[in-house]
Amino acid sequence: MEILMAIVIGILFTSAVYLMLSKSLLRIIIGTGLLSHGAHLLLLTISGLKEGAPPLLGEHAPSYVDPLPQALILTAIVISFGVTSFFLVLAYRAYQELGTDNVDQMRGNEGND
Amino acid sequence: MTLLHWAIISPFLAAILVPFLYKKLRSIHTGWFVLILPAVLFLYFFQFIRTTSDGNAIQKTVEWMPSFGINFTAYVDGLSLLFALLITGIGALVVLYSIYYLSKEKEQLHNFYVYLLLFMGAMLGVVLSDNLIVLYMFWEFTSISSFLLIGYWYHRERSRYGAQKSMLITVFGGLSMLGGFLLLYLMSGTFSIRELAGMADVLITEPLFLGALILVLLGAFTKSAQFPFHIWLPDAMEAPTPVSAYLHSATMVKAGIYLVARMSPVFAESGVWLWLVAGFGIMTLFWGSFNAVKHTDLKGILAYSTVSQLGLIMSLLGIGAAALHYDYLDENIYGVATMAAVFHLINHATFKGSLFMVVGIIDHETGTRDIRKLGGLMNFMPITFTIAVIGAFSMAGLPPFNGFLSKEMFFTGMVQVLEMDIFNLETWGILFPVLAWVGSVFTFIYSMIVVFKPFTGKHQPEKLDKTPHEAPLGMLISPVILASLVIVFGFFPNILTGTMIEPAVSAITTLTVDDSHIYFWHGFTPELFMTLGVILFGVLLYTLLPKWKGIYNTIPEKFTLNSFYDSGLAKGERGAFKLTRSYMTGFIRSYLVYIFTFLIGILIVTLVVKDAFVIDTSDLASIGLYEVIIALIMVVSSITILFAKSRLTSIIALGAVGYSVSLFFVLFRAPDLALTQLVIETVSVALFLLCFYHLPPLSRHEERMSFKLGNALIAIGVGATVTLIAIASYSTKLFGSISEFYIENVYEEAGGKNMVNVILVDFRGFDTLFEICVLGIAALGIFSMIKLRMTRRKEG
Repeated sequence: MEILMAIVIGILFTSAVYLMLSKSLLRIIIGTGLLSHGAHLLLLTISGLKEGAPPLLGEHAPSYVDPLPQALILTAIVISFGVTSFFLVLAYRAYQELGTDNVDQMRGNEGND
Repeated sequence: MTLLHWAIISPFLAAILVPFLYKKLRSIHTGWFVLILPAVLFLYFFQFIRTTSDGNAIQKTVEWMPSFGINFTAYVDGLSLLFALLITGIGALVVLYSIYYLSKEKEQLHNFYVYLLLFMGAMLGVVLSDNLIVLYMFWEFTSISSFLLIGYWYHRERSRYGAQKSMLITVFGGLSMLGGFLLLYLMSGTFSIRELAGMADVLITEPLFLGALILVLLGAFTKSAQFPFHIWLPDAMEAPTPVSAYLHSATMVKAGIYLVARMSPVFAESGVWLWLVAGFGIMTLFWGSFNAVKHTDLKGILAYSTVSQLGLIMSLLGIGAAALHYDYLDENIYGVATMAAVFHLINHATFKGSLFMVVGIIDHETGTRDIRKLGGLMNFMPITFTIAVIGAFSMAGLPPFNGFLSKEMFFTGMVQVLEMDIFNLETWGILFPVLAWVGSVFTFIYSMIVVFKPFTGKHQPEKLDKTPHEAPLGMLISPVILASLVIVFGFFPNILTGTMIEPAVSAITTLTVDDSHIYFWHGFTPELFMTLGVILFGVLLYTLLPKWKGIYNTIPEKFTLNSFYDSGLAKGERGAFKLTRSYMTGFIRSYLVYIFTFLIGILIVTLVVKDAFVIDTSDLASIGLYEVIIALIMVVSSITILFAKSRLTSIIALGAVGYSVSLFFVLFRAPDLALTQLVIETVSVALFLLCFYHLPPLSRHEERMSFKLGNALIAIGVGATVTLIAIASYSTKLFGSISEFYIENVYEEAGGKNMVNVILVDFRGFDTLFEICVLGIAALGIFSMIKLRMTRRKEG
């Protein structure tokens, strides 16, 4: 299972990097979104996907899955959400001010350097 | 702090006072106040002669950074004292001269004297420090103050050029020298020169010895304007003439000589040292004297003459190192070279200082230093002419002046090279007397140019801005004193031998020298005939000068060292600009490509080199049907984004990926994660759609993304790397999870049953606190981005 997940994560990273290398601002942000999905799944996979009860003590199960990576991922999800929404508004404002969403055209003040 | 330390730093303290004196006492020339200090210091150092002539030395230490072995150790022996007397003595004379040279009304005197005092203090520090790091500190102080003094008339372009050039070259050497000092410290564990000299025979066997030797010599050669680093000195002539006289003839350029002499006990056992010091010295002697003849600017001639004379002293120090290899001889004939070096050092300071002052007077009274415009000044300035004759004849090595004596000793030293049988000197040693003789012929020629071109011949008043007349008395005092010293040392050289020269020589060679005498008349020795030959050929070539001056045009301007320096600098700048332009493209994509490529490269190489890629299948979870289906959905939707024709499709596909992630969380038994992921994915997709809605109608280019092979390759590379790393790191777990602690204690310690939540708010509550901060900052950032629009308001 872990190897399958590793391959899926690899594909997520591939798509994410490909999108981040494109010119359109929106695609770059979609790429970062995919990248964070990949990273979250990677955290979960690395810690092991062994069978066990959900980390709720009321289950009275003989074994539980590892709770620590879940806590880490929860934190990461929230932070990446904050950053993604910030990026989105930044992109929206950049379009409003500069009139383009093509990053190749966003090159600072060409005349000043 | 002893009196000696206060003496060293007193010029720095005085420099603080100068601007106040300048502002408060405008009616008196600031130089008069400054003059007191070097005069007092000279007298103070003079009383050390009794100690050093007895062969004793004074050492006083003030702790500065004892844990690093860096202490302000002042050390006075014959060599240090000689330099200290030169610095303070000529310093006093130069300050006196500058009082009459620089106008009280027109010049910014406070700047001038602050820089000059900084320089004087730094120079005293260089020659009196025993600690290498302290020596280096003062060394760089001299570079900086020299830079400030050369650029004193900063509104002139040539001054700024000369200052920058000298700064670049001497700081290059200074930094190399620091490297050499650090290597010495690595080998020996001490920064003290005296302790290093004691370890000389151990050091020579160290592998770092040669590196240290070359780096230290680089420092000495750049500072003392040795070939090919001499090019900064002629351009430094843009400084006011008192500065040229002081820094660029008598003191600063001798810092390199001092360093070579001071480090001789450490390095001189090595043949490389002998060859480098003597070889570069004799080369510099020849090249400097050869080039001096072609100049028409008097200061240009004197600059090259300084270069040449420094080469002479340097080559003598190199030959003097041979004395260490022949210490079994009863009468060590090579000691004479070192003695000649020290003697000529004093002589050069006297006659070159006076000549610079003479040139300053000519410049001051006629308005030009160009020998083509000058002529017949003898009748207007008889005193100046007399000084010039004494200085120039001494420089040419004519009797009865002191230059004759040191030139004779110089020839003696060079002829003795022929008798050496070490370091290939038996074959190549013949070059030394030959080059020395040819160099001396040119020295004779330019000395005659300096004295006869401006003072004899036809007077051309129409070419001069001012009517020439004799200089004011105050301006003449200093050169007259120096010229008298030239004569005194010429007739009574032995007042110097016991007091100054012998203590200095024994500091350089570590041999005890005593009872040495300098004689006028040696009998009919080869040296005498060499001098006669110099005079004969010199007179001949001087009279035929117009006929052969054309040889200087045979070397095209393109191949001179100066144009190498200039074009090197320009090419370096252009090259750096082009290089930066070539990779700093300004496109985000390029930078991401660099980052990702580096990431792939470094990780894959590490995996291969460390042989770290292993697959351990023993501990894997089983694959279920649901997982496979969701994984397929995820892969399909993520690939859909890549090939999506419209942005709407890609946003929806991104949502599909997010929901599959939350389904994975369900399958992998993470209820809290699944909940959060569901909510957040919904909000994110809504935000994306909002953003999409606001995109421009014009650039809503819902075209298929242009396929770029490079991008795809890099993307696949990153994906593959992540997969490999994930598998490899899963397969090589070194120890178990710490989660057992959480599972056992979640109820007993924290009173909760949801382990994830308890970890978030109890065991690891700090993470949560700052994650809340992140959300808060993001919200504030979004708010301010939308609400605060500075540029709009300005335009509106």
